[in-house]
Amino acid sequence: MSRLPAGGRVDRGTVLRFSVDGRELTGHPGDTVASAMLAHGIIEVGRSIYRGRPRGIMAAGVEEPNALLQVDGPCSEGMLPATTVELYDGLVASTLSGKGRLDPTPDPAVYDKKFVHTDVLVVGGGPAGVKAAAEASAPGVRVMLVDDQPEPGGELPSDVVVLTRTTAIGSYDDNYVLALERRTDHLGAAAPANVSRQRLWHIRAGRVVLATGAHERPLVFAGNDKPGVMLAGAVRTYLNRYGVAAGSQVVVFTNNDSAYDTVRDLLDAGVEVAAVVDARPEVSVDVDVRILTGSAVINTEGEDRITGVLVRSLEGDAVESFECDLLAVSGGWSPVVHLHSQRQGKLRWDDSIAAFVPDGAVRNQEIVGAANGEGLWPTRALWLVPSDSYDTHFVDLQRDVTVADVWRSTGAGMLNVEHVKRYTSLGTANDQGKTSGVNAIGVIAHALGGSVGEIGTTTYRAPYTPVAFAALAGRERGDLFDPERTTSIHPWHVEHGALFEDVGQWKRPWYFPRDGEDIDAAVARECRAARNGVAFMDASTLGKIEIWGADAGEFLNRIYTNAFKKLKPGHARYGVMCRPDGMIFDDGVTLRLDDNRFFLTTTTGGAAGVLDWLEEWLQTEWPSLDVHCTSVTEQWATIAVVGPRSRDVVSVLAPDLDLSAEAFPFMTFRETTLASGVPARICRISFSGELAYEINVSSWYGLSVWEQVYEAGLPYDITPYGTEAMHVLRAEKGYIIVGQDTDGTVTPHDAGMAWAVSKQKDFVGNRSFSRSDTARADRKQLISLLPTDGTTKLPEGTQIIARDVALTPPVPMLGHVTSSYHSEALGRPFALALVAGGQSRIGETLMAHVGSELVPVQVADLVLYDPEGSRRDG
Amino acid sequence: MADLRRSPLAHLTFPQGLTELPFRTMVNLRVEPSSETAARVEKALGTTLPRQCGQTSEAGSRTVFWLGPDEWLVLADSAEVISELVEALGGEPGSAVDVSANRTIVELSGPFARDVLEKGCPVDLHPREFGPGNAVQTTVGPVPVLLWQTDAETYRLFPRSSFADYLARWLMDAMSEYVPFAPQQQSWRVSGSEPDLGSLDE
Amino acid sequence: MLLIGCPWCGPRDETEFRYGGQAHVAYPETPAELDDQQWAEYVFYRENPKGPFAERWMHSAGCRRWFNVLRDTVSYEVLAVYRNGEEVSR
Repeated sequence: MSRLPAGGRVDRGTVLRFSVDGRELTGHPGDTVASAMLAHGIIEVGRSIYRGRPRGIMAAGVEEPNALLQVDGPCSEGMLPATTVELYDGLVASTLSGKGRLDPTPDPAVYDKKFVHTDVLVVGGGPAGVKAAAEASAPGVRVMLVDDQPEPGGELPSDVVVLTRTTAIGSYDDNYVLALERRTDHLGAAAPANVSRQRLWHIRAGRVVLATGAHERPLVFAGNDKPGVMLAGAVRTYLNRYGVAAGSQVVVFTNNDSAYDTVRDLLDAGVEVAAVVDARPEVSVDVDVRILTGSAVINTEGEDRITGVLVRSLEGDAVESFECDLLAVSGGWSPVVHLHSQRQGKLRWDDSIAAFVPDGAVRNQEIVGAANGEGLWPTRALWLVPSDSYDTHFVDLQRDVTVADVWRSTGAGMLNVEHVKRYTSLGTANDQGKTSGVNAIGVIAHALGGSVGEIGTTTYRAPYTPVAFAALAGRERGDLFDPERTTSIHPWHVEHGALFEDVGQWKRPWYFPRDGEDIDAAVARECRAARNGVAFMDASTLGKIEIWGADAGEFLNRIYTNAFKKLKPGHARYGVMCRPDGMIFDDGVTLRLDDNRFFLTTTTGGAAGVLDWLEEWLQTEWPSLDVHCTSVTEQWATIAVVGPRSRDVVSVLAPDLDLSAEAFPFMTFRETTLASGVPARICRISFSGELAYEINVSSWYGLSVWEQVYEAGLPYDITPYGTEAMHVLRAEKGYIIVGQDTDGTVTPHDAGMAWAVSKQKDFVGNRSFSRSDTARADRKQLISLLPTDGTTKLPEGTQIIARDVALTPPVPMLGHVTSSYHSEALGRPFALALVAGGQSRIGETLMAHVGSELVPVQVADLVLYDPEGSRRDG
Repeated sequence: MADLRRSPLAHLTFPQGLTELPFRTMVNLRVEPSSETAARVEKALGTTLPRQCGQTSEAGSRTVFWLGPDEWLVLADSAEVISELVEALGGEPGSAVDVSANRTIVELSGPFARDVLEKGCPVDLHPREFGPGNAVQTTVGPVPVLLWQTDAETYRLFPRSSFADYLARWLMDAMSEYVPFAPQQQSWRVSGSEPDLGSLDE
Repeated sequence: MLLIGCPWCGPRDETEFRYGGQAHVAYPETPAELDDQQWAEYVFYRENPKGPFAERWMHSAGCRRWFNVLRDTVSYEVLAVYRNGEEVSR
């Protein structure tokens, strides 16, 4: 046992039981797994990742490269440094060889986020951070301090918000700092239910003070990776904070004065210090230990743990050996500049302390204490200890990278530290090179003959320490992964067994299978009902915008390719809008409610984008137009009642309306009150080619009116249908779906809608139609394809080629299938496709490349069903 | 006819501290604030149109929320406000559109209310910056809302109706630290549709 | 995460905004009179400077107003925000 009889900040009165690698151990509250292991004299951990060399605990904090744990739990977690895992009763862990295991069990823990704002954020609770927080504290000033330890290193004013066990992991523009709080990890089974395990703080700070301290670097010599080689500062931390002597006979190897604090504390604790090996030629310190100046440890002895070291003068040849079970090393200190550098903060090389230090602070930031190089010790840089072989001079212990490896990369021509990093994988492990980075730069400088400052560091990127993906996701997992938008009628769809399709964030009924039906059977039945009887669908997801103002007609004239200014109140018109490049952007039907009011519909996915588009033109180009747009998408529930019997159904619902084709023709609408008393706007609009009505009511009444439609339709076997049948019906009519049959490269002409492009007025995109590229005759144009075998349903995306083309790559591609269905009405499969010069190929036979087969397809007119449009006029 | 209505959150059972205030009248108002029309509108409402982000004004049971430099939301108990506003506009530039069913209102109250919102709202809700009578458009979690604080421990959130179910479940999840309750099955969720998370196991 | 000072709502997180590309690219008054090159310059060509760049943003989660931001593309510092029709004042 090497727990000291007294001292440390652990609660010796309480014993915690835990196990590592199957060994039953004990420790105390306040311990980390590493300190409790050391208290049992255990320093060795999992072997190294590639070379299988014995490794031991080397540090006492986040910079630890060796002591990585897989910790059991409801969902086991790997790659946790034993030096940061707080001990709790019942902890079960195993040490890893550089690789953790992903537990496939769903993680039952809760994770959340917190968004806060503060005037001053201090990162780091050491003396410099505590002082900065205390100085910033003043009435009315919001001060926050985050620190990764369980308690800050000093007293703080009560109005400072202190987050302990919280690591600032990323620093972003305008002082946006992400900090991960470990709320219950230290409680083990005692963790309260419903409290998040970890919380990701999103902190916006007026001013940031970085008091992140410094990390000690090891020294690079043969056998510097064996268990028992430990950072001198870590030895001191174990002594003072945990009351643990990490060894019983210690040699210290240093190039600066900081290690002498460790020597003194070891001696005070009664631990034997055999010698101090100091690389500096002259040393003026007062300790009662033999100091070998101008010397270096040239190798270590022992297998699983060091038993001694060999020491040689840097100038001479004489080798002396010392017995020891612990070698405390200090190669100097590196300010923790990660958060500074993530914000593009500059660094400069300070030769006197052999460290990269901040070169000025980022705007609205300040760097204090050791993070700014303050109080660090004059250091004689010693990047590597000369040797005959450099194969066990480890630079990056976690990646098993040695001086020999680094030199192999520089020998191969890697002259830049970023290249060396990628060639050797140095600094890419989950410790991100916290102890190895600067040493590696020193080794590169040694090889290339430049100075360390000239070589510079690799780029610091967030996160500073590893973060679980679940913590980044917060609440947005599982059922809450992404918003699911639902219509007012949604409960009915669920109750009636609909399967759903995601359209943007909307959940839309895809089809409503009856017992034993697959999708094809269900969709065929739904299509038959719409073509032969009556069917109804929930169209509430269409985007809806009310447009008011004396210039509303003029505005729509400029936005849509076709004309709206002269549309009569009570009438509806289908419109296409394009980007300035002339490509289709959205489409939909617009109603003119009265002289100064329009009701515009958009595609389901396009609602927000269209409103933004309209506002952009109104606000930035045409502010003098008297036009105001208001989104009313969820105000209205829209129910499409479709089919030859639709008039019979609607007549029951809306007895006050004359539904005759003469009184209420296609592309008009009427305001009425339904038999149920619900006010409604009923439109003669058809996206199926059949006689159809769209009933719009306040979405408060959406579900009720849907049920009314169902009741009224029962005598006609009214059939609910989903998006799949809707797609079949519209494709049979050649109606496009923006985003499926178009992809941002399709003009209205390409889509067979030259009829919708006005030649009488200007509109956004018009000028592009006369560009040479847009006017080409061989542009890809939307047409129908009929597989000549009458049975093959072409997969969407199928490539189309000419019939007689040689099949030697590259085979010229003529186009591709955008939509493909089985048509119940046609009794055969058909497809829509974008094909080069398609409109002039009607009647031609082309080949579709399906799997390894070539399927002949006939090019046909876009409209396959009821081209005269007699059915929709009912 | 009122019993034919169904609110977007009718299917949920709320824990203490969360409730829906459905079926309120809301009007989206657009008018140039310096115009005579705006003065007429203010007269009709009996209160001023707030001129700054975050502000609200009240007249009896009506509350006016600033949405933009020429845009407001008028909240009222009954529908006559719609025609009053249309009349006040008098055909001059502007609009008054009935958006009563476009959103619903979720009320979150309790000593934990601000803590719950801070789990997903990027706006500074510290009392120094935001208090009773303030309202802003922002996001809570991934959902756009109008967020209105009515007293020290009460907030009202106005999500679009299609987002209401998600937002309410998000809030209940965020509240569970303070108001433990059994996580409920969404009444319209189809059983057996849960993803198979164990499928990673070999 | 930029902090963008909406001219109407004050400073808000970048996530509340929609990006609108380069500012001050006016829609030509008479597109029909432009030759293909001139029209292409309006439709397709944009600056890509290293340093200050005037761009449009829209406060989509807030007041839905478009406005202008002068932003340094190297430091990501927002140098100025100004409404449509206003001049940059830094």
